[in-house]
Amino acid sequence: MSFVRTIPSAPLPPPVEARGAVLWLRQNLLSGPFSALFTFSACAALLWLVPQLWHYFVADAVLSSPDGQACRQPGAGMCWSFIANKMEFFLYSSYPRDQVWRVNSCLVSGAVLITWLLWPSARSKRLGGALFFLVYPVACFWLLHGFEALSLRTVPTNLWGGIFVSLLVSLVGIVVSLPGGILLALGRRSQLPVVRFVSTLFIEFVRGVPFITVLFMANTMLPLFVPENWSPDRLVRPLIGVSLFASAYMAEVVRGGLQAMDKGQYEGAQALGLTWWQMMRLIILPQALTTVIPGIVNTFIGLFKDTTLVAVVGIADFLRTVETARLDPAWAGPTISTSGYVFAGLFYFVFCYGMARYSLLMERRLSSGRKR
Amino acid sequence: MRTPPTISLLHDPRWRGAIWQVALAVIVGFLLWEAADNAMSNMRARGIPTNFDFWNRTAGFDINQTLISYSAVSTYGRAFWVGLINTLVVAGIGIVLATVIGFVIGVMRLSTNLLARSFASVYVEALRNIPLLLQLLFWYNAILVPLPAPRGSLSMSSITLSLPDTATLVVSAIAAGAAFAAWRLSLRFASIVTALGVAVALMALLFGALSFVGQSGGGMLHFADHLGVYLNNRGLFIPEPQFGAGSEWVLLAFGLGIALSLGYGVYARARQMRTGKQSPVLLVSMCLLVALPLIAFEASGRPLAFAFPVLRGFNFQGGMRISPEFVALTLGLVLYTAAFIAETVRSGIQAVAKGQGEAAAALGLRQGLTLRLVVLPQAMRVIIPPLTNQYLNLTKNSSLAVFIGYPDLVQVFAGTVLNQTGAAVQVIAVTMVVYLALSLLTSMLMALYNRRMALAER
Repeated sequence: MSFVRTIPSAPLPPPVEARGAVLWLRQNLLSGPFSALFTFSACAALLWLVPQLWHYFVADAVLSSPDGQACRQPGAGMCWSFIANKMEFFLYSSYPRDQVWRVNSCLVSGAVLITWLLWPSARSKRLGGALFFLVYPVACFWLLHGFEALSLRTVPTNLWGGIFVSLLVSLVGIVVSLPGGILLALGRRSQLPVVRFVSTLFIEFVRGVPFITVLFMANTMLPLFVPENWSPDRLVRPLIGVSLFASAYMAEVVRGGLQAMDKGQYEGAQALGLTWWQMMRLIILPQALTTVIPGIVNTFIGLFKDTTLVAVVGIADFLRTVETARLDPAWAGPTISTSGYVFAGLFYFVFCYGMARYSLLMERRLSSGRKR
Repeated sequence: MRTPPTISLLHDPRWRGAIWQVALAVIVGFLLWEAADNAMSNMRARGIPTNFDFWNRTAGFDINQTLISYSAVSTYGRAFWVGLINTLVVAGIGIVLATVIGFVIGVMRLSTNLLARSFASVYVEALRNIPLLLQLLFWYNAILVPLPAPRGSLSMSSITLSLPDTATLVVSAIAAGAAFAAWRLSLRFASIVTALGVAVALMALLFGALSFVGQSGGGMLHFADHLGVYLNNRGLFIPEPQFGAGSEWVLLAFGLGIALSLGYGVYARARQMRTGKQSPVLLVSMCLLVALPLIAFEASGRPLAFAFPVLRGFNFQGGMRISPEFVALTLGLVLYTAAFIAETVRSGIQAVAKGQGEAAAALGLRQGLTLRLVVLPQAMRVIIPPLTNQYLNLTKNSSLAVFIGYPDLVQVFAGTVLNQTGAAVQVIAVTMVVYLALSLLTSMLMALYNRRMALAER
């Protein structure tokens, strides 16, 4: 017969006790053989990497060297004096230096308006929105381009460039893509077959091709499609391309929000006797857009990164000015390229990461009402 | 009986809809017609070709990476195919590598190890928030172009390793033994000891293997002469395999290996369904895939030789050259897309109910098995649609090649060919159609795969 135990077996030893630092170490760094192996190799890599970074960015960095001589020394790190020297060029490119107050006032007023709109507890956002989406673009256009009646001399667009053009391109994309995307999304969800077909075709076409080809199309084909004397300005062409491209992507984000809406919302609005536009404007869109705020911000981030591509049609955006500056023979040196790229990387990172964090913050604030 | 109240046509929803649609159709049609009309007259006025006659004309320019035969006397049509193939090559390799790295990073983001978690977060946040173009320019202009000329090539010989051979073996044996003992006895700091042991053993084994391959006395390794891998500003030079007579047998054996392991997989599955017994599928197929070709290789008299790159004058001769443009583009695309794939994977894994992992743990599955057998298969359903999107993005982003001079479709066709022929409308239209077709094809394939994965759902 099978063995039956008659006396109880000795109790198992209690689990190894650990608390405080030891427990934390066990849980976070040494939870298993592979984990421990990773911890050790990662520590070794950090021991190698951190001093390198320290030397490049702090210890060996060249803070001031007006002629760039110190940057050419062997072992020199990040060349901050190159950045400082070229900062004006990065900001304005070839915009006439005696007129840059126009650019500056546009940038500052834009920053004020955006802060107003994004500040969670700011007042009268409706006014801010109207100013930002309607007044600001027109005013800035006259200010930047020139207005003879106010004795602002005209600055042709081939002198525009630098950070302000990067911001301008993304701003135009943002301002156009929100209404454009909403219209396209509504069109794609429409009951009317022709409207649906046209919207779907446009969205799928634009989303299926690379941004560069859209830019090429806007740059070389657009002037052919309109009568000779209507040919758009060289800066306007990529702006049209950016707007079309961003609208198609925005449309898909908005559509996601529309699809996530409860059917009862539509039925409730119809039961109240609202017209289709009233239903959309007052009931559906406010809710649908709030649910897709993260998606909208992600589209903005993608758009901001994609503005770097306008260089392919000859617009001197920020990255293009970095490319030009790093090839300046007066500053030739082994660390110049890296310095320029690191600075550009920091610039884009701060903007994109900031937007991403803001969207997270908003998401949390908005979802707090939905949580029970 | 009441007659329904008559309403004006303008307020009848059906008529309203019809009016809206007709208006839209008329506007769109008018715009298209106007555009076509303007384009024809503008192109005629400027002497721009309006047909595809240029397709068969001699191109007259060179391309620095051609996988099909091409020279300056080839036609524009041939240049188109060269560009398309280059795009497909970079997209294909990029997709495979980005998937692997993306899955690893995505799983790492959820690791219990703090350092792994932080590393993955930093990787994802840094690469996602910096424009791809900037990354490409950085890899190309700041890393690859400043590399030394062929004479000062970087090669493995710059890394000199030294360790006495006998000591290697002894150390690795002791370390492995200690690791095993610690593991079995589950000592207090067992994991540390195990990890240290495994690390030392692995390193020792690596050194040992290297010194064996290097076949140099005392373990001092000068590797370059044996590996033939050089990196310089002209690109990456690697040995080129040259297949002799009888190598088709190796290929045949490999094919047989694949067929047999597939068959074994089917058998093992049927057997598990019938009896519940598992079979070592992975082990057996690995053996089949490695052993069969190896036997064929030996039996047919080792029909493989390598042509090593050799420095002659100012450049390397022989061997295979991978252009710096290709390296930069692949590197940039892979690292950038991997960050997005990692996020997809993370959210997919987090979408699987926590109870699934806990149930698997309760069944006694180890962490790796839980992930592989329980969590990932369910996460895949969530992951696949956005993953497809990332593949399409990578393919489309490969058009950024134009900025660093890799001869892809956009650089060759929408760049050089367009500039030389001036046929803007035709060239851009063809380019767009190609990308649209690639997008459709990829979505179709992924939809098929998705359907197969979704079948398991209730």
